[in-house]
Amino acid sequence: MNKDFITFEHITKSFDGETVLDDLCLNIKENEFMTLLGPSGCGKTTTLRLLGGFETPDSGRIFFDGKDITTLAPNERKLNTVFQKYALFPHMSIAENIAFGLKISKKSKAYIDDKIKYALKLVNLDGFEHRSVDSLSGGQQQRIAIARAIVNEPKVLLLDEPLGALDLKLRQDMQYELIRLKNELGITFLYVTHDQEEALTMSDSIVVMNQGYIQQIGTPEDIYNEPVNAFVADFIGDSNIIDGIMLEDRMVEILGTRFPCVDEGFGKNQPVDVVIRPEDVELVAPEDGIIQGVVSSIIFKGVHYEIEVKANGFEWLVHTTKLHEVGSQVGIQVIPFNIQIMHKPESSDEEATEIDD
Amino acid sequence: MIKQSRQLLAGPYIVWIIGFIILPVLMILYYAFTDAAGAFTFSNVAAIAEPIHLKSLLLALKLGILSTLICLVLSYPLAMILNGLHIQKHSFIVFIFVLPMWMNFMLRILAWQMLLSNNGIINTFLQSLGFSGINLMNTQTAVVFGMVYDYLPFMLLPIYNSLVRIRKDIIEAAKDLGANNVTVFFKIIFPLTLSGVISGIVMVFVPALTSFVISDLLGGGKVLLIGNVIEQSFMQGMDWHLGSGLSLVLMVFVLVSMAFMNGKGKDGEGTAVW
Amino acid sequence: MVKKSIERIYLILIFLFLYLPIGVLIVLSFNNSKSRVQWGGFTLHWYQELFRSRVIMEAFYTTITIMLAASIIATLLGTMAALGIHAMKRRGKAIMLGATNIPLLNADIVTGISLMLLLIRFTRLGVNTVLIAHITFNIPYVILNVLPKLNSLSPNTYEAALDLGATPFYAFRKIIWPDIKGGVFSGFLMAVTMSLDDFSITYFTKGAGVNTLSTMIYTEMKKGIKPEMYALSTILFLIALILLLLMNYRSSKKSSEAVSRI
Repeated sequence: MNKDFITFEHITKSFDGETVLDDLCLNIKENEFMTLLGPSGCGKTTTLRLLGGFETPDSGRIFFDGKDITTLAPNERKLNTVFQKYALFPHMSIAENIAFGLKISKKSKAYIDDKIKYALKLVNLDGFEHRSVDSLSGGQQQRIAIARAIVNEPKVLLLDEPLGALDLKLRQDMQYELIRLKNELGITFLYVTHDQEEALTMSDSIVVMNQGYIQQIGTPEDIYNEPVNAFVADFIGDSNIIDGIMLEDRMVEILGTRFPCVDEGFGKNQPVDVVIRPEDVELVAPEDGIIQGVVSSIIFKGVHYEIEVKANGFEWLVHTTKLHEVGSQVGIQVIPFNIQIMHKPESSDEEATEIDD
Repeated sequence: MIKQSRQLLAGPYIVWIIGFIILPVLMILYYAFTDAAGAFTFSNVAAIAEPIHLKSLLLALKLGILSTLICLVLSYPLAMILNGLHIQKHSFIVFIFVLPMWMNFMLRILAWQMLLSNNGIINTFLQSLGFSGINLMNTQTAVVFGMVYDYLPFMLLPIYNSLVRIRKDIIEAAKDLGANNVTVFFKIIFPLTLSGVISGIVMVFVPALTSFVISDLLGGGKVLLIGNVIEQSFMQGMDWHLGSGLSLVLMVFVLVSMAFMNGKGKDGEGTAVW
Repeated sequence: MVKKSIERIYLILIFLFLYLPIGVLIVLSFNNSKSRVQWGGFTLHWYQELFRSRVIMEAFYTTITIMLAASIIATLLGTMAALGIHAMKRRGKAIMLGATNIPLLNADIVTGISLMLLLIRFTRLGVNTVLIAHITFNIPYVILNVLPKLNSLSPNTYEAALDLGATPFYAFRKIIWPDIKGGVFSGFLMAVTMSLDDFSITYFTKGAGVNTLSTMIYTEMKKGIKPEMYALSTILFLIALILLLLMNYRSSKKSSEAVSRI
């Protein structure tokens, strides 16, 4: 098990009177690809910038490799940042951009030249040394920004939504590139994004944040399959979130019907939130289902059909590869293992976000 | 199709350029290279080598360079401070430093004349403290004072504008890569403001070099700049040929600055005066 | 922090440097004494003298006339020119912008003399020649204010309007004009200020008997200080203040409008 490399201890930060982070505590392990995930305003970028040294916390401390770096200036911290808008120096060539950090560390010319070649090769931009910044496309600028950061061999790389401005195909390619880089370089990545698919693809662990609070920390599978509250369930992937009553261990009642499930320890007759993923909802013949409903709409998504079924007063979202006609009667079946029970929100930050569908 | 006909809109302006910008320059050329009889001659241009003329040119260069340097040294820190203020209404602060520029040129000289003259404010103040009066008026110092006072905003604004345009994340990136504040300034900030600095230099040096009013009012008859010589040859000496010849020499300096500007500045951006 | 206080002090020093002379001028304009250093009591006497002086009022009238006429004509020609230049290809654009830069970068003295040499061949020097000169140096400022606005327009909106059946003029009125009118107006204001301020060019192109405020002040200053000049300074300072406030108000209104549009 890797040890804790970075620790945020009781970090509080406000801007203009608004509290952005409240008593945040977080540990990041060595060689981990950790993603801070959440909607805008949740505090993820602030957390990143606190680690980079571009902001100072109002209270609390930050530890890096055992040392307290809370008040260290950015240029004294042994980490590097890849900025959202790349922040390449417009008046310098690509080579000069990449060499910037190395020149400050007073490396020899031979060393720097080698490193530039190595970095450009690493991001698949060989031969771009003498190009100017504005002659590069967005994706290329992004890769140079990464090259410029990693060439200094930081122990930790901070990435602030670096793929946001790229188109889909390029973004997917870059995601694989980043994973490859991490494995090749063996360094810790702290990644910030609001794109949950990105988070699921690349991360070793995900920290879901909302309104300055950590909602859940876990592996992508944990977060997806076992969200701890409605917010996480709603933010990650599509979901059906239904009010329910936990009658007793392993039995929940939703929409007036009992569904056997596998969770325990919620007590008797407790109000809970129930989440069922659309791909876990099976459509069967009406007489074979636990409840019955009518197909109200169907959209072809390529990978699957997205079907809405009205059953027992709830609009179920279903992902299936089988076509069902609009208006047809269906039965709904869910195996107990796929029913996830969550505590009801204790505060506003745990509530499911309102999304316009 | 549409574009071509739209280009015609610039027609009147093109006519105006030819008539009132190009032709006048040709007139100066004509007068510069002819004498009173109309014959071709180099003597008007060569006259720059005459002791009086040469001295006036060198003095103008000296005071012009001096004023430009002083403006630069004063303006750059000022621009950085103003930029660092990050005030919501940062335009208000800029406004305060720009306002004197919009006040009438002559009156600003009047103001300094009032301060510098022998029974003016500064001397009276010094005398009241027990010092003897300084003769500030009618000296090169007074002229430099006047030039700096008049042209300071023209140096400040282009520099300030280029500073404001520097994106914050570039500075953060430089620090992230290990640069301390000194390195950030010399490697990032200053190079990125270079076009603004050059704009500022040109906008101060050219007027300072060619000025005659400031040296006339604040220098008395004692500070004779090339601008004064030219002005006198037109308004008092009535030797337009000589005046044109000398003007041509002056224009060479201006052309050099223009070439410099077009090379390093962006098209017209640097000359935007706020 | 030490750095902050040094910065503050520097700002204040420069501020004093810039405003002390003006401040003294304003104070002296109310001084009931011709002395520059002694206060003789508050008076509006000099302002009265100012308005009674024929020389000054004539110069004032001339200045306003030329200023307005030159600025309006320059704005018209300049806006049209900007539209034309915007539609040009790279080379034509470069040539036009180069020519536009000439009056801006040329020394005033050279511009004044060259215009005088030309105009005197065709007509006597007077208000008309000054007007021509002012238009000449005002147009570039208008162009430099309008052209950036044109450059930041999306080229497709104009074409979209034409596609939907608008005549070029209608499209101009509804699509282009709203976006550039800010630039046109600030170009106009700049032209007004430049005309108000100019001395050298006016000096050479005015001939005898005509005076703008600047040239009149010059002549008077050579004779000796008249306190009416201080009163005049105060008024012109106020005018400059108002003009600049206008320009600032418009630009801040634009940015708050832009924000509310998002």
